[in-house]
Amino acid sequence: MKHLLSINDLSYEDSIAILDTAQELARVSDGPMKKLPTLRGRTIVNLFYEDSTRTRISFEAAAKRLSADVINFSAKGSSVSKGESLKDTALTLQAMGADAVIIRHSASGAARRLADSEWTSGIVVNAGDGTHEHPSQALLDAFTIRKHLSHGAPDLKGIKVAIVGDVLHSRVARSNVLLLEKLGAKVFLVAPPTLLPVGVENWPVTVSFDLDQVLPEVDAVMMLRVQLERMSDSFFPSAREYSRYFGLNQERLSKLKPNAIVMHPGPMNRGLEITAESADSARSVIVEQVSNGISVRMAILYLLLAGEM
Amino acid sequence: MKYLIKNTNLNGEVTDIAISDGLISQIAPNLSLENHEIVDGKETIALQGLVDLHTHLREPGKEDSETVATGSLAAAKGGFTAVSAMANTSPVADTAGVVEQVFRLGQDCGLTAVFPIGAVTKSLAGKELAELGAMADSIAQVRVFSDDGNCVSDPLVMRRALEYIKKFDGVIAQHAQDPALTVDAQMNEGSISSQLGLKGWPAVAEEAIIARDVLLADHVQSRLHVCHLTTAGGVEIIRWAKARGINVTAEVTPHHLLLTDELAKTYDPVYKVNPPLRSERDVMALREGLADGTIDIVATDHAPHPAESKECEWQYAAFGMLGLETALSIVWQTMVESKLIDVQTLQARISTTPAKIGRYHNQGLALTVGAPANLTLFAPNQSWKVDRDLVLSKSRNTPFHGMEFGGRVIATYFEGRESWRQI
Repeated sequence: MKHLLSINDLSYEDSIAILDTAQELARVSDGPMKKLPTLRGRTIVNLFYEDSTRTRISFEAAAKRLSADVINFSAKGSSVSKGESLKDTALTLQAMGADAVIIRHSASGAARRLADSEWTSGIVVNAGDGTHEHPSQALLDAFTIRKHLSHGAPDLKGIKVAIVGDVLHSRVARSNVLLLEKLGAKVFLVAPPTLLPVGVENWPVTVSFDLDQVLPEVDAVMMLRVQLERMSDSFFPSAREYSRYFGLNQERLSKLKPNAIVMHPGPMNRGLEITAESADSARSVIVEQVSNGISVRMAILYLLLAGEM
Repeated sequence: MKYLIKNTNLNGEVTDIAISDGLISQIAPNLSLENHEIVDGKETIALQGLVDLHTHLREPGKEDSETVATGSLAAAKGGFTAVSAMANTSPVADTAGVVEQVFRLGQDCGLTAVFPIGAVTKSLAGKELAELGAMADSIAQVRVFSDDGNCVSDPLVMRRALEYIKKFDGVIAQHAQDPALTVDAQMNEGSISSQLGLKGWPAVAEEAIIARDVLLADHVQSRLHVCHLTTAGGVEIIRWAKARGINVTAEVTPHHLLLTDELAKTYDPVYKVNPPLRSERDVMALREGLADGTIDIVATDHAPHPAESKECEWQYAAFGMLGLETALSIVWQTMVESKLIDVQTLQARISTTPAKIGRYHNQGLALTVGAPANLTLFAPNQSWKVDRDLVLSKSRNTPFHGMEFGGRVIATYFEGRESWRQI
């Protein structure tokens, strides 16, 4: 594997290797010397066409802990805002000697376009492309689930995960469905029918419109961010109605199994898809997801750039 | 110039065809004539010159992607002796002045007949009728009107347009696409668009407009032509409308007869087109519809774009693909080689009927002595590989690059002049 563009690029073994490597690297991060010399002299570009705080910082921290040189290239304050094309930006980065490009883009498929083009010879890592995929997020989610619920097993066999909310527009959901299925988990998608993609009946998931029915079944519940502008596009009648049927609150929290965990890829809309009590409850692993993200992204960069995969 | 085509196959018989003074002067085996350039027609079939009812020549205004001259050359190479220049130029062909300009550019070039299509509404905005009568009475004698690229979505404007064109025996060629159902749409809506995270263009957005328009055409007793049909459901609606006696015709493009939305998985915008590539099931329904006559004609929707409009993210790329130079090879492979239609029906679908719909009186005529010498020599057993670097169009956005086809156009004669010869 040369790039990480989609979970489909990963075999079962690749996925487990990333999770295992991340686990090793997490141990280092917990120690006194957080930095490894592995990628010294390599240049990694964070090419971010879309606002993102946590993903960019997470990749940056991961790269720096592996001693790589990091260049942050964000659409704002660069020539992108002057109308430079992806092609020209990529050629420029290539000329500057980028070994890897981590790209976040609002257009689905932008990462694949970059990887398939002759514009760059470097490694391309998809850090979220439109409503397509966000593979590193799915890997960090799987890492978090495995840590809490697999009882030492290498994969997620038999673990039940509910993904709740705007599946239609969610790259996190798409990558998670693919990876969770690959690792043996059983996935439930819970959403209003308007926020489910056409053809979802052919996905390897159980679809439900009823969150209350699904909650007692699952070991993990992953809440997706709901964009408020979806309301004006008539995907649902009002924020209040959305919360009433699909929001995670104290009452719903009590329906979960004793060991079930609550997840959210962030950023959260507190009060819309998740109440403050739920987000801050003992079941919540939301903050931990962020720190796991660094270990998982270190593993991705290490395996891709050190050629171990 | 006079030509003597030796040993070509015309209507199933091997014969010679002589061309002089713009006309077919003789048809008989073993002709021997003075002062005629001999053309070896062995292993070719002689077809009526092809007629395209849907072509984007981009002039005036977008000469970086195509001009009337380069488009005419591409048309001749593809075997066409007539093309129809779509109205979405800059300025829009919504006045007599613009259609006359395009018509004259075509005449000056002289490689193919260029029939301008007039806009239905001013600036293609869908609000007020363009000067339909003035365009019809201009030297371009426009009979086909279309806002192609845009749908005439307002039902009242569509009704008025259909009524008004009855005055001069016109036809409205509708780009059937409900705009509200296709905001920012990128590709066929289905399991693949869901997987790719590209916004879907649902079949119903096409079918709902077709259904409405055939009912409107019936109500006001006018003539409707449906551009680039792409869905199995659309074929069903046209079939129903024809059974009711509604005056509707429909076209399908070569790319919709061959390609499917699977290709979007590459995210390569060379496969981005409007209406989008659909499913295998739709492709089969389109072939069947073209075979049984529900779909009347093949039209290319030849849509050249400069490199920068395609060398980018899918979402930002322009819609459209080249079509003129590959059309006949594709229709031959998908329809004739597969035994869905015979050569006579092929000629009807790609020459006779499009000329009739457009009221192009000197085009689409049978190859008989005294007829205008508009003909195409096609070698059904001469395979070739499409190379985007060798296209004659000014743009290179062909989705067929690298594909091999079994037959190709060898020569084209337009009004007695050789407009293309494959060497």
